[in-house]
Amino acid sequence: MLKIENLHARVEGKEILKGLSLEVNAGEVHAIMGPNGAGKSTLGNVLSGRDGYEVTAGTVSYNGIDLLTMVPEARAAAGVFLAFQYPVEIPGVNNTYFLRAALNAQRKARGEKELDSMQFLKLVREKLKVMQISDELLHRAVNEGFSGGEKKRNEIFQMAVLEPQLAILDETDSGLDIDALKHVADGVNALRSPDRAFLMITHYQRLLDYVVPDVVHVLAGGRIVETGDKSLALELEAHGYAGIAERQPAGASA
Amino acid sequence: MKDAMTIESSTATTLRDNVDVAEALGRSYAAGFVTDIEMTGLPPGLDEGTVRAISAVKREPEWMTEWRLEAFRHWQTMPKPDWAKLNIDPIDYQAISYYAAPKKQPKSLDDVDPALLETYEKLGIPLHERAALAGVAVDAVFDSVSVGTTFRKQLADAGVLFCSMSEAIREYPEIVRKYLGSVVPTGDNFFAALNSAVFSDGSFVFIPKGVRCPMELSTYFRINAQNTGQFERTLIIAEEGSHVSYLEGCTAPKRDENQLHAAVVELVALEGAKIKYSTVQNWYPGDENGVGGIYNFVTKRGDCRGDDSKICWTQVETGSAITWKYPSVILRGDRSVGEFYSVALTHHFQQADTGTKMIHLGKHTKSKIVSKGISAGKSSNSYRGLVKMEKGAEGARNYTQCDSLLIGKQCGAHTFPYMEVKNPTAIVEHEATTSKISDDQMFYCRARGIPEEDAVSMIVDGFCKQVFRELPMEFAVEAKKLLEVSLEGAVG
Repeated sequence: MLKIENLHARVEGKEILKGLSLEVNAGEVHAIMGPNGAGKSTLGNVLSGRDGYEVTAGTVSYNGIDLLTMVPEARAAAGVFLAFQYPVEIPGVNNTYFLRAALNAQRKARGEKELDSMQFLKLVREKLKVMQISDELLHRAVNEGFSGGEKKRNEIFQMAVLEPQLAILDETDSGLDIDALKHVADGVNALRSPDRAFLMITHYQRLLDYVVPDVVHVLAGGRIVETGDKSLALELEAHGYAGIAERQPAGASA
Repeated sequence: MKDAMTIESSTATTLRDNVDVAEALGRSYAAGFVTDIEMTGLPPGLDEGTVRAISAVKREPEWMTEWRLEAFRHWQTMPKPDWAKLNIDPIDYQAISYYAAPKKQPKSLDDVDPALLETYEKLGIPLHERAALAGVAVDAVFDSVSVGTTFRKQLADAGVLFCSMSEAIREYPEIVRKYLGSVVPTGDNFFAALNSAVFSDGSFVFIPKGVRCPMELSTYFRINAQNTGQFERTLIIAEEGSHVSYLEGCTAPKRDENQLHAAVVELVALEGAKIKYSTVQNWYPGDENGVGGIYNFVTKRGDCRGDDSKICWTQVETGSAITWKYPSVILRGDRSVGEFYSVALTHHFQQADTGTKMIHLGKHTKSKIVSKGISAGKSSNSYRGLVKMEKGAEGARNYTQCDSLLIGKQCGAHTFPYMEVKNPTAIVEHEATTSKISDDQMFYCRARGIPEEDAVSMIVDGFCKQVFRELPMEFAVEAKKLLEVSLEGAVG
């Protein structure tokens, strides 16, 4: 589904990604771990098309199309979803209204029929049940006055409604207490399916106790330096990221 | 006793680093067409003869003519105001025609020229009652005259008088004489004096004691003729315990010359009466190079004359090359309430200097001001407000909130709040913020699939939510659409 080859990207003139390669198939959950400054969030932002991230080399193919030439909204419509590390507040814009606008914009872009209020409400009710989220959240403005945990759960809720094919979770576990973490993990697990892939960016192995990944990658110095199964995450937890520099880059590299 | 306190602050800010959004807020002005219709009118020029001619063509009584002449003489002695933060090319008052009207004067709605009806249809304002907006009575003013008022009979059954000002002067002279100029005196300011001398029409509303007006009342103002000024005069009187909600909308064709619109609106609320006055102003704003557009110099004032009365101004201002307007409330009656909710959007070279005055005279009077300014392009948007607590305003309260949103790097937002507090028990609160649409907000929307332009509309709409909530429902939708159109092409 997603094939990244030799990706180089710069932010404000500084090279952050230095030949990153990665392949994700439908139905798989990949965890990307790594120390601060390794380029984890940059990867998420490059994949979702944020301004200010300059790709200098490499390719990203998503379902056979060149993702890098697409504007962010087109990527979203094509099924790429980024759960933000810091979800943004939009004062005065109702959360439900926002989500419906997003869903209908995506459907419109895909040539599907837009949902009317009743159809949308029905969908939202179903998803609320699965996500165990109180509908009180829906009546507030987008992320305005939400606690850290509420913001992250709202991201997962948006993901549930938008039903992406490729979900990138950028440190969705950060800043969550253990209960909130479980809720978020339950939400993600409920959305796992054979046609959906997840890219979970995280510092800690904690989240991986609840959302068990198929593949774990270590990202350091702008490249994937090691790939393994979930035991790699446990190893990292035990020994830390120190010593990663000596490891041989895994897969294709610069 | 406390000394009078005056606070003035100015924040001039030009921001937004994201050039994408800044580039071109290309605006399409949908109401910019011209109606081809036979017109009659006065040649350009202004002297006592002009004033007499206007009065004569309207078959006005002698007292009205004298009232106008007095205003005219006063106007001649007045200096042009230049205190607002506006760049105004000098206006040649002799180059303006002060009266223009469709040649065929309709006797009833059925006589209205089809071309005129078509004009209002195009604007989305059907005048024919069978097609009229559900539950809304409309008065339409075309250039200098009112061309038709709908639902007159139903209103008359409720005892409500709703007609053109010219008609009111002829039909209800005793009411007009009692109230006209009682809120905005003829010599109040330069443009009010000019209006008093040459006003040609406008709407008149009288709600008798204890009556709750059965429907929304509304007036649509349309400037069509070239080189004319529009000087309408609106007078609304709500007697004891009555309620009325009134809305005005304004449009004009696209023209290269600036046209002058100098209106006066007077509201009188007697004991326990409530008046809600909403404006959706979409006069032609000029093109993207700042050529043409309406000069909108308006005096709007409400008088809470009785105890427990309430006046609420809500305005959505997206049009005009220059707007100079401060809908105000005099809180004379004890426990009376004044509110002002405003959204002002400026774009390209538009300039707006708008705000309100809340004059607290009575005990325990309350006022609330919520102003939302949105600046884009090279426009300049100023909030100017006065909150005055007079000696007798025991326990009076004011709350003011002024928010500015900037789109682009070359626009400006300014806030000039003035406060004068002469009663130590009065409480005045003021909050102000200036923000821009952040790159983070834009990216968040886009990453969810919402295209840039829709994202801007959505964020602006959220910013204005507090004000839109105050508009009558059907007009809130209209106002929202208007902002969307005004922001069309906001991102390139």
